[in-house]
Amino acid sequence: MSNNWIEVGTINDIPAMGSRVIESEEGAIALFRNSEDKVFALRNKCPHKGGPLSDGLVAGRQVTCPLHSWTLELESGEAVAPDKGCARVFPVKVENQQVFLDFSSSIQE
Amino acid sequence: MKEKLVLIGNGMAGIRTLEELLKLDEVEKFDITVFGAEPHPNYNRILLSPVLAGEKTIDDIILNSREWYEEHNITLYTGDPVIEIDRIRRQVITELGKVMPYDRLLIATGSHPFIIPVPGAELEGVIGFRDIADVNVMLDTAKNHKKAVVIGGGLLGLEAANGLKKQGMEVTVVHLMDKLMERQLDKPAADLLRISLEEDGLNFLLEAQTAALLGDKRVTGIKFADGSELDADLVVMAVGVRPNMELAQKAGIYCERGIVVNDTMQTFDPRVYAVGECVQHRGTVYGLVAPLFEQAKVCANHLAQLGYGRYEGSVTSTKLKVTGIDLFSAGNFEGGEDTDEITFQDPASKVYKKIVLKDGKVDGAVMFGDTTDGAWYFKLMREKTDVTDIRDHLLFGEDNLGDAGHGGQSKAAAMADSDQVCDCNGVCKGDITKAIAAEGLFTVDDVKLHTKAGASCGSCVGLVEQILADTLGGDYSAPDHKPMCRCTDLTHDEVRAAIRDHQIKQMHNLFDKLGWRTIDGCQSCRPALNYYLISTWPGEAMDDPRSRLVNERVHGNIQKDGTFSVIPRIFGGKTTPDQLRAIADAADKFNVGEVNITGGQRINLLGVEKKDLPAIWEFLNDKGFVSGHAYGKSMRTAKACVGSTWCRFGTQDSTQMAIDLEEMTWGSWMPHKFKIAASGCPRNCAEATIKDFGVVGIDSGWEIHIGGNGGVKVRATDLLCRVETEQEVKDLCAAFIQLYREEARYLERTAPWVERVGLGYVKKRLLEDETGKAVLIERFKISQAVAQVDPWDERVKGTESQEFIPIRLGTVHEPEVKQAQVV
Repeated sequence: MSNNWIEVGTINDIPAMGSRVIESEEGAIALFRNSEDKVFALRNKCPHKGGPLSDGLVAGRQVTCPLHSWTLELESGEAVAPDKGCARVFPVKVENQQVFLDFSSSIQE
Repeated sequence: MKEKLVLIGNGMAGIRTLEELLKLDEVEKFDITVFGAEPHPNYNRILLSPVLAGEKTIDDIILNSREWYEEHNITLYTGDPVIEIDRIRRQVITELGKVMPYDRLLIATGSHPFIIPVPGAELEGVIGFRDIADVNVMLDTAKNHKKAVVIGGGLLGLEAANGLKKQGMEVTVVHLMDKLMERQLDKPAADLLRISLEEDGLNFLLEAQTAALLGDKRVTGIKFADGSELDADLVVMAVGVRPNMELAQKAGIYCERGIVVNDTMQTFDPRVYAVGECVQHRGTVYGLVAPLFEQAKVCANHLAQLGYGRYEGSVTSTKLKVTGIDLFSAGNFEGGEDTDEITFQDPASKVYKKIVLKDGKVDGAVMFGDTTDGAWYFKLMREKTDVTDIRDHLLFGEDNLGDAGHGGQSKAAAMADSDQVCDCNGVCKGDITKAIAAEGLFTVDDVKLHTKAGASCGSCVGLVEQILADTLGGDYSAPDHKPMCRCTDLTHDEVRAAIRDHQIKQMHNLFDKLGWRTIDGCQSCRPALNYYLISTWPGEAMDDPRSRLVNERVHGNIQKDGTFSVIPRIFGGKTTPDQLRAIADAADKFNVGEVNITGGQRINLLGVEKKDLPAIWEFLNDKGFVSGHAYGKSMRTAKACVGSTWCRFGTQDSTQMAIDLEEMTWGSWMPHKFKIAASGCPRNCAEATIKDFGVVGIDSGWEIHIGGNGGVKVRATDLLCRVETEQEVKDLCAAFIQLYREEARYLERTAPWVERVGLGYVKKRLLEDETGKAVLIERFKISQAVAQVDPWDERVKGTESQEFIPIRLGTVHEPEVKQAQVV
């Protein structure tokens, strides 16, 4: 599976406790870095009304959409109850500060 | 090794404590065993009245099914009550002989109905009104018997009587006192209630003392002290409840009227906790649900050894759960020697209202027929707001303070299920009542979360609160002490005081010191904390852009398609052809989707892509503009009419005044948005009387107005004072803003803030305390010295610039991108 990892930049390209957008064949992907320096990738589209998650506020392992404040789990893409919905998640790994994304095996929306 | 936690009592208070432990993620510290005397899982006892009235079924009111206990590894024994606590061996013993050791014990045994010790009290057909078994007896009896007597004209008795009547029985309520619900109502309200219930078909015998119950095996009648008799097939005793404390007493735990606990819900044996109706805290025994839930929260915190959170008692209010009866009561409703009363009485339409005032504050209220403003009076009471200035129209309700919103149609009880409550999210009354029952909701926040009602503009929150109170009836009371968010139990005011008193200047330091539950807060507390830090310690606390919501972080308003609006500042609304040409050029150059003029007299460039923001800012900066802060919880605009320079009616140069005020105040961060306007004469063309700070030119100087706003709830300003010079206007503007910045809660606009603290308080600080005013002005200047930096300019120069630039695949590693296209 290793040949599916694609390097997208370094961890320092993502603002701490913030996000950076990747423009890809799959559409826009939001790359998040939280306060523990963990990196997550979600499709940059809130399952509610399509808001850009990359502009949301990151807290712990959650992001809150800037449009109507839905909160999503960064690891699973699932909306926090009682809201229901899911943003597509892309697997991420960080090695020596390099961030790799896997576009092929993703959890379906 | 896990600690063994044993809970005696499977009712609402005990299980709520376990739920709070679950919420804290601390439940795995314990092996939990629950003993319940009733054969049912945990149910919503406060909804027994609607079950009796046939409006709900038992299944509707189950709160936690048996699966819930399994899911959380909680062992549940029902129908086997604990009969002994052995504190020496630290174990409990049940009726069936089960022995269960504990490390910590939680007693939540509730209460039992008081049965009057008269001859015949033990007869068949004589019951209390407390649990599912009682309701079943009542429902069965109603099927083949006719006459019911309810002894007790209090809240519970009337609910029982109403339910039995709905089941087809002929019901008489027997009451010892000369008025119903004497603990909640004064005489006029109680009389109206009796008349309304009589019209509904209930019979009443007041001042009637029960001497004996008649019958051999089953009750057949009731005999009074005066010798008279009344036939009865069923007698329900609803004369009050007594805490179930025998178990604790037998184990040598100190009890008075209830099991005595401290502020962390511990009994005199620190391993033994107690919550709920069996408890006596600071001399008070509570029977309503909200105080029990507050206790549960504190108890869970202490069990989890988090060491914060104290229970300091509750203020409660009452509603009666009888369909069609609107009734509200809170606090000291009778009044006394040191109180004043304001009353309104319209016997023909059965409306009665009384507000009791003490030292200029609401001390209690009782209302019948129209309870629209009950929640509002209760809020004024809890917040201890000085109402001296609104005394003359207090009785006419919040609507008469200029509150448009939901005025007029906010009689929750009278609304149909299909009536829309939340106009933003399209939520109807039926959606809310259904969710309250199905999801077991008890607070406005719960309702917001589950239904979205009140979650957008917030104008219907009062109405949601009423529906909640109506549905939960006597058991609803608003929390006295509202935590900032789920990350803490501290209130906004407490957090702010801690920041000031402990010199906290850094957010993670705050999380540590104040025991935040989350590692870095949430979207609700972070923006508030960031504001509190930078406003308390200007120049010392660093602004944290990651704790600002997107609009303030990227200095534009996000639109529904993810693009942003760009609004340059135009001081006082006075512009020039050159400025207009520059804005037009920016619109052309950056393919702006739409240009419009805002309500605050500024020009809005809509539809700008995030990645183009730095470039358009640079362009506008070059032409001399700074950011208009039209996106922030900050000073927005100073709106003006043309004033005496041109207008033939003008008495003052309002345009120059607006420019001066905007130059002084721009860039300041506030608890919420803040708008200024200046009109040149009393015709008030700049609409200064619906602004946070408004000035109106008069022949002799200026009138100063505060605390107005348009928007969700229109509120006209209060007149603060009249002054003669421009310097006085500027001083008052600076002092007012600083007072608001330092004392209002985050997201509280000046209008609700002024209503909360009272105009009298603001006058005292700004008009009667020259030294204090000077200090406020000085602090405003210190803060502005740091705040008046154009955020556009900073970002153009490269602060956090990477945020605006998307990563394009292909710019990183060419060959691997080709691979990506394959997959």
